Amino acid sequence: MSENSSQKGDFLSNLGKVYTWYTGGFAAFVLVLAVLEQMGVPNRIIGYLFVFLTIGVYALIGYLSRTAQVSEYYVAGRRVPAFYNGMATGSDWMSAASFIGMAGTLYLLGFDGLAFVLGWTGGYVLVAILLAPYLRKFGAYTVPDFLGARYGGNFARFCGVIVLMSASFTYVVAQIFGTGIIASRFLGISFELAVFVGLAGILVCSMLGGMRAVTWTQVAQYIILIIAYLIPVVLLSAKVTGVPIPQLMYGQAIDQIEMLRATKEALAGAPSHITPFQTYDPLNFFGLIFCLMVGTASLPHILMRYFTTPSVRDARKSVAWSLFFIFLLYFTAPAYAAFAKLEVFTNVIGSQIADLPNWVRIWSDIGLVRVNDANADGILQFREFVINADAIVLATPEIAGLPYVIAGLVAAGGLAAALSTADGLLLAIANALSHDIYYRMIDPNANTKRRLVVARILLICVAIVAAYVASTRPAGILAMVAWAFSIAASGLFPALVMGVWWKRTTTAGAVAGMIVGYGVCLFYLIGTQYYGMPLWFGVRNISCGLFGIPAAFLTTWVVSMMTPEPSKDMQDFVESIRTPRGGVRMAGGEKAPE
Amino acid sequence: MPLAEPGTGRPSSSEPAVDAATAARYWSKTSGLMWLMLVIWVIAGFGIHAFAPMLNNYKFLGFPLGFYMAAQGSLIIFVVMLFWFARRQNAIDAEFGVSED
Repeated sequence: MSENSSQKGDFLSNLGKVYTWYTGGFAAFVLVLAVLEQMGVPNRIIGYLFVFLTIGVYALIGYLSRTAQVSEYYVAGRRVPAFYNGMATGSDWMSAASFIGMAGTLYLLGFDGLAFVLGWTGGYVLVAILLAPYLRKFGAYTVPDFLGARYGGNFARFCGVIVLMSASFTYVVAQIFGTGIIASRFLGISFELAVFVGLAGILVCSMLGGMRAVTWTQVAQYIILIIAYLIPVVLLSAKVTGVPIPQLMYGQAIDQIEMLRATKEALAGAPSHITPFQTYDPLNFFGLIFCLMVGTASLPHILMRYFTTPSVRDARKSVAWSLFFIFLLYFTAPAYAAFAKLEVFTNVIGSQIADLPNWVRIWSDIGLVRVNDANADGILQFREFVINADAIVLATPEIAGLPYVIAGLVAAGGLAAALSTADGLLLAIANALSHDIYYRMIDPNANTKRRLVVARILLICVAIVAAYVASTRPAGILAMVAWAFSIAASGLFPALVMGVWWKRTTTAGAVAGMIVGYGVCLFYLIGTQYYGMPLWFGVRNISCGLFGIPAAFLTTWVVSMMTPEPSKDMQDFVESIRTPRGGVRMAGGEKAPE
Repeated sequence: MPLAEPGTGRPSSSEPAVDAATAARYWSKTSGLMWLMLVIWVIAGFGIHAFAPMLNNYKFLGFPLGFYMAAQGSLIIFVVMLFWFARRQNAIDAEFGVSED
């Protein structure tokens, strides 16, 4: 691209070098801390160093990437190479729930937990083939921008903003909550205070530099989170099987788990790790996969990452890189689950309660592990041992008997995962408010400076409200994350996909589809969750999109067929975003994105 | 026809980049690739896992096959298919002369 010659050219052409040095620096930092630990520096200090130094680095990147240009603020100047955008999307995507919660879910559910692994990866296929290249060609700043242009006006844009806000806000609260938990555990401060420390970390990354700063911090955060995720389980695999490739070796662990389960008396009642459909029946298993996949392709904070690539071609390649970087973590998670389970089945269950391994005691103190000798025989039975899903990844360093520095590393990784996702989400919300509501709907004549000031003020306001909600510890926050997928899928997916792939889609059809999809999804969710409404066909409400998505598609289709077909201008517009070459032909007096 | 404002950034033109016939053939080939990808997606994401109980009777790299497909096999298919898709679609763009300048 010709734009490459501007002030960021130097940095962009040296990206490989910069991030290689950064990775090396981080490795050296971990080694120094390991030496310090051997020299007797207390664990508490090591925890502090991990948390503050990594947040400090993110803040530095955020400061160096500050910008006063609108297109830098909203889409990083559209100069992010496909490979790095893939990394940034990886950390944007993988939240505290993926980093800390996923392996634990697999530990508890066995095969059925793989619905999350499948659902949270396969959605990128939909992103790549149905949406990302076309949205990139259109050249939007935000997802509602596309809706406004395709469906001629502010009502469709406004509906898009509502769905975006509902999905992203529930999601961001969960991330700030996760940040607070990690910060409070490793800094030893109260949860409420920790939430605001985490918030400061999020704001320094995103406030000055918008999308540009968030992009380059997310790349840095991906590097830390993937190192932190892989190292403990690689060491554990080496210890258990002698081969440091956990992803290949955990088949052995699964074999042993199944053998122990069949032969060890104390394991009576333990469910199989490999038998499908024990927790979820096939309808719920496949329904959940479907909702998570379609939701992936509808979440604005993910779609907007593909607005930052230099070209349509790069957008396609970038989705493939994103999935590759996400895959590295997701295909490792089942290995964590298997090795942790083998350790528990071998050395914990069936042991004398008096001499359990040390890590069980450490995590019982924090309340994530519960041991209760119900039959008072002094021997731990399967039913007498409860482990919280969040404990698996966090406890693996102790399970493997690794030094505390590894536990600190895992905390830094979890923090990176939570912060990077929160950054992306907050930016998506604040951009929708500042660009779509303020600039497009309230004051279209606002100058650049004013628009950026408004964007920054709104970012801070949204962040503070989200932190406040997180600090009240709302119940069921992890379920809310899964709901966000169904809400986004029901409200946005049909309008976006049909807008590109079916020229006949009319404004009335799309708006009706968004309202019906969103409405059906929320009705089922709220009805079953709070008002005791019976389940339809036994579908759990985390898969409420299973009703919302078809309802939205059907409504869009029926209403579109009942209304006159879109103008020739609009059909030309659709034609022009389908073709990578040439300009975008705007219809109906809409302004082209700058 | 109400045109876009010139603005400060991206070009916006009233002229289509290619003639209508080429555009139609380009789009039908692009749609064909999209449907092919969608079929693979349905098979890898849903179809094969319906047979997981049966596949678990076989071993692959030391894993029960049904478990392996859900934990790794389908994921590898997704990653590979996306890299292949990017190349294939770029080739289609080049074939019809609609690649970006």
